[in-house]
Amino acid sequence: MTTGPENKQERLPALFFVVAIVAGLALFGVYISGGQNQAEGILLFICLGSIGAGLVLWAKRFLPPGPEVEDRGRLASTDEERDAFAADFAVGSQPIERRGFLGKLLAGAGAALGAALIIPIRSLGPSPRASFNETPWAKGVRAVDEQGNPIIRGTQPQTNGVITVFPEGQLDDEFAQTLLIRLPSDGDFTPAPGREDWTTDNLVAYSKVCTHAGCPVGLYEEFSGLLLCPCHQSTFDVNDHARPVFGPAAVPLPQLPLGWNDDNELVAEGDFSDPPGPGFWNQDALWKDAHQ
Amino acid sequence: MTEKKRRPLLIRLALWVDDRTGAAKTGTSTLHKIFPNHWSFLLGEVALYSFIVLLATGVFLTFFFEASAGQVVYDGSYAPLHGQTVSQAYDSALNITFDVKAGLLMRQVHHWAALVFIAAIVIHMLRIFFTGAFRRPREMNWVIGLSLFLMSLGNGFFGYSLLDDQLSGTGIRIAYSVMISIPLVGPWIASFLFGGNFPSDEMIPRMFAIHILIIPAVILALLTVHLGMLVRHKHTHFAGGGARDDNVVGERLWPTYAFKAGGLLFIVTAFLALLGGIFQINPVWIYGPFQPENVSSASQPDWYVGWLEGSLRLMPNWEIRIGDYQVPNPFWGGVLIPGIAFGLLFAWPWIEARITGDRLEHHVLDRPRDMAWRTAIGIGALLFFTVMTIAGSDDVLAVKLDTSVNATLWTLRVLLIVAPLAGGWVTYRVCRELQKRDGPQVDPFLDDVPPPADPGDPPEAAPDNQEITA
Repeated sequence: MTTGPENKQERLPALFFVVAIVAGLALFGVYISGGQNQAEGILLFICLGSIGAGLVLWAKRFLPPGPEVEDRGRLASTDEERDAFAADFAVGSQPIERRGFLGKLLAGAGAALGAALIIPIRSLGPSPRASFNETPWAKGVRAVDEQGNPIIRGTQPQTNGVITVFPEGQLDDEFAQTLLIRLPSDGDFTPAPGREDWTTDNLVAYSKVCTHAGCPVGLYEEFSGLLLCPCHQSTFDVNDHARPVFGPAAVPLPQLPLGWNDDNELVAEGDFSDPPGPGFWNQDALWKDAHQ
Repeated sequence: MTEKKRRPLLIRLALWVDDRTGAAKTGTSTLHKIFPNHWSFLLGEVALYSFIVLLATGVFLTFFFEASAGQVVYDGSYAPLHGQTVSQAYDSALNITFDVKAGLLMRQVHHWAALVFIAAIVIHMLRIFFTGAFRRPREMNWVIGLSLFLMSLGNGFFGYSLLDDQLSGTGIRIAYSVMISIPLVGPWIASFLFGGNFPSDEMIPRMFAIHILIIPAVILALLTVHLGMLVRHKHTHFAGGGARDDNVVGERLWPTYAFKAGGLLFIVTAFLALLGGIFQINPVWIYGPFQPENVSSASQPDWYVGWLEGSLRLMPNWEIRIGDYQVPNPFWGGVLIPGIAFGLLFAWPWIEARITGDRLEHHVLDRPRDMAWRTAIGIGALLFFTVMTIAGSDDVLAVKLDTSVNATLWTLRVLLIVAPLAGGWVTYRVCRELQKRDGPQVDPFLDDVPPPADPGDPPEAAPDNQEITA
């Protein structure tokens, strides 16, 4: 085995294994000297790849290549075996079937156990009835910016500007996040019927949670008055009660009625016009229940 | 007895086990198991080896990851985020990246391995489909394989959602909205799965349990059955070289195939290490921590989720409203279309058996050209998913092509219908042409039977050929 063509054939796989040893030791060195991601990756590649290449070459050059042929044999059992199984099962079933009353009771016990198992599942989360429809917005709740400061009359946002506001003390409530937009004074904003007094000082407020899939509707094109959701490109017309004009969203962003308190701080005059956030089958019904 | 003592240690150990289990009988047939030689049979192995890498790197990461939404002030090595209040999950991800030795490599290899794992599964599945390897007796393994694919897809999504960075937070937001869109049970499922309305503090620990325990356990169980059934059925093989439906031709597991497969394990791992070493992936330190009021435009999910994102984007803004009740829009693109697509995929072995009337066992594989209509349907389905995946980044595409999102969207909507039909038709014509060039002698089923008399009529002519060629 140490001479002749066999020996020559051994050279390349041997080289691969030597390279693997060197790379493996180098990996040690890199790690001990502080580690470096690229070097670790490359050395690991060389080490593992050389072992792999060496093994494959070993197989190709020195191991029996085949082809070997194997009979597949029969997959299914023979008819006798199948019949025997069916018969054995039937014989075993008879004394069970004879106790029909016990069987029914057992089924009842199983059903009761199954019902009891719903209890731990019920513990996994709160009922959607309570958690999916409540925002802290209500008449008199102050709107605050992302730092928690109230909005003083005549300050932010600037003309054509937009900021995100939250109900006071609820900066973490993504469901209540609201866009506060300063409309241009010569714009063509048309309030929805019944919402003529929901805007003040050219300020209009809409829920920031997209009615399609709940992403924050973060992009505002002031010259066209369009709000754009970056997730699925749903687009809403600020001048027309945030009606969806493009993309998969089907319903407008809910509007928040605005007013000022005695300290000239921006407050909500009530909750949103419609349930905020993405829809679900009984969203409107739950919302109506909660707002009557 | 003296003979036995001279045997190598490994064999003596095996015999000790055999004395107590009788395992040698099965051991022999395992050593003799035949593996046919074809590159496309290695795709499943690539998936398997990626999964092994996922388990190994995943266990390492588990030791350092803190699955909690609790807030901490970041004070690790990455200066730009110093002093920021972030979740413990995000904090520990940065810690793994910057302060655990070899942590970044492990993280990146884990993520790359997930991408390669799912890609290998998809290509493996295409191979199975186009060669008809799902036919009797392998229908159950087709179903298990598809289930493995769905599990892997879900686990990949949960995995990259765990880090609580800006990108992943947006992804979960969308997934949550899709979930609640399911009529009647949707809000309950979402609330139970995530412990309340979005964004709940329970989400990260829940997803962590699902990602590292529940789904991996299911994958391991399904994988065991998948491979066990492969051993029971024995491998399929292509026609030629004496391969028939009642035999299997190839290399024995021991020693040749074991060395080749072992080599492939090392080679796959090597390339994953290279990817993780030099190609940055999911740089969460750049994305920043998740803040629900923020979202970056051009957010792109991992590639295997792209088709779902595209399905949501392509859907017109339809919804059903009856009184105070509704079926919201994300239901169509996020639940119904994927549900129908995967329902058809799961049922395909039975659908095809119904069309062909062929319910016999098959172990010799079809060449795709020989089953022109199946290949055409497969290409059509592939194009359908491809267009949806492209639509998943239609905004990026619109910027790149310097056109409007509107035009891109409408083009893709048309393509979603037209591309599968046109692609399927072209595929069918190409397959038929290739069949004609082969002449009648190539017949995967009738290896030793002389060709039929009429050379103009290919032996594979399926019942529907007449109407399409007419």
